[in-house]
Amino acid sequence: MSKVLRISKGAEQGVQELLKFLLESGKVKGVLTLTKINNSGAVDYSLITNSEMLKDTLPLFPLMPANAGKLLSRLTLKSALAEPIAVVVKPCELRAFIELVKREQGSLENFLFISSTCDGVYPLEISSNGEVAKKLSKYWDAVKKGDIAPDIRPTCSCCEHFLPYNADITIALIGENIDKECAVFLTTEKGKKSVEGMKGQLVEGELKTQEVKNLLNKREANKKKLFDDPALMQDGLSGLIETFGRCIGCHGCSRVCPICYCTLCTFDSKDYENEPSTYETELKKRGGMRVPPNTILYHIGRLTHIGISCVGCGMCTDVCPVDIPLSTIFLKVGGEVQQTFNYIPGKSVEEKVPLTIFEKEELTEVED
Amino acid sequence: MKDDFEPTIIGFLCRWCSYAGADLAGTSRLQYPPSMLPIRVMCSSRVDPVFIITAFLRGADAVLVAGCHPGDCHYIEGNYYTRRRFACLRKIFETLGMESDRIRLSWISASEGPRFAQVVTDYTDKIKKLGPNPAKKEIFL
Repeated sequence: MSKVLRISKGAEQGVQELLKFLLESGKVKGVLTLTKINNSGAVDYSLITNSEMLKDTLPLFPLMPANAGKLLSRLTLKSALAEPIAVVVKPCELRAFIELVKREQGSLENFLFISSTCDGVYPLEISSNGEVAKKLSKYWDAVKKGDIAPDIRPTCSCCEHFLPYNADITIALIGENIDKECAVFLTTEKGKKSVEGMKGQLVEGELKTQEVKNLLNKREANKKKLFDDPALMQDGLSGLIETFGRCIGCHGCSRVCPICYCTLCTFDSKDYENEPSTYETELKKRGGMRVPPNTILYHIGRLTHIGISCVGCGMCTDVCPVDIPLSTIFLKVGGEVQQTFNYIPGKSVEEKVPLTIFEKEELTEVED
Repeated sequence: MKDDFEPTIIGFLCRWCSYAGADLAGTSRLQYPPSMLPIRVMCSSRVDPVFIITAFLRGADAVLVAGCHPGDCHYIEGNYYTRRRFACLRKIFETLGMESDRIRLSWISASEGPRFAQVVTDYTDKIKKLGPNPAKKEIFL
């Protein structure tokens, strides 16, 4: 049980109201949330200090133009925030940011995290021409019922971490009467303090409702279906070649990945290119080779580097120009790695990334 | 035909223990198959999993990573990190349905010449049974 502030307005308006209160009361100096870009129908994250501009915000819009975890890291990479700001992000974006903070790529200081129970986001390919807007009514219906929303990102449809970790304020959406009421869960002390003085009814409430539990079951079943689907990827090297064979090497997946933070990525460096002598020896062995080479190496290499922290946000699948189901593969393989170390990425900022620590007595099964 | 197959095993050997163990096997005149190509590294934790994948995709029939026994690392704790990374890589191999037997992690100390010879002999036998690495003839990697 935790404290809930019930605002008798629709969820979206309720959050706008909350942001307005936070800005005008001076509890935060700025707000970062999804905002309409002119009237083009497109949305993007924006930092706002003028409370009048909040009317153009769409804090709960089911789209992820960029993983906000990466954006928050960019805001705080050089130094922590000097003034408090409130950010409205999806649970996986917050998890990604926590993973980045653990890697010293950002700071949590002065952030007020607002998140929501999340029913997923739409793929970016339908983000323009108002196509998302056409789907919104069905989306919110699914949210109210606690169903998996139709046509959302595949990894959203099997995400089990849709209750935010580490948020100061959580907006309850799944299974709630979001047209008439906005349930603002104050999950931390900081969250409670920040809404002191705001209009609304303060009651006790439970975030993990039956609808949430039901959705979790549906997602789990869907996850199994997605991961076991033979069409996802065949086993072994031949499967890898078939799936990643169409990769054009744009490295867009690592560019948008919130966990891939290296500015000098080894796969973009000269080290990754073959020496002429390597081409020569490889050709002697095989009699032919794909140019550019090392595509499979890039993808398995990335799995070893970030699989442990993959939050399954789905950005990589979205930007892939040749439609490789990257995020599903990464979530499946990364999930297995995470399970080995009993690790949920982004759950706790204190818990270290498993590859940076060790136990003296462990994993004897991998030694021979 | 399969009997003619001599595997190529890439061995990443830590400079302080396993490489010295290999040296000892040599100076002790122990016999073991000439299937392993040693690469000396300063510590087994110097081996990025990407090195192992590279060797594997370039057609190595197997990759052996060998270092000091846990607790004996020259750098105190390097091999503990190796073990975690290796466990991670192995899980990735398994989940992708690749032959995880083709990668191996062993602890061999500087005084364990006979163990070194044994590890190489056993592993060579195992890989012989497994056959050549399918990546060897692949073009579209």
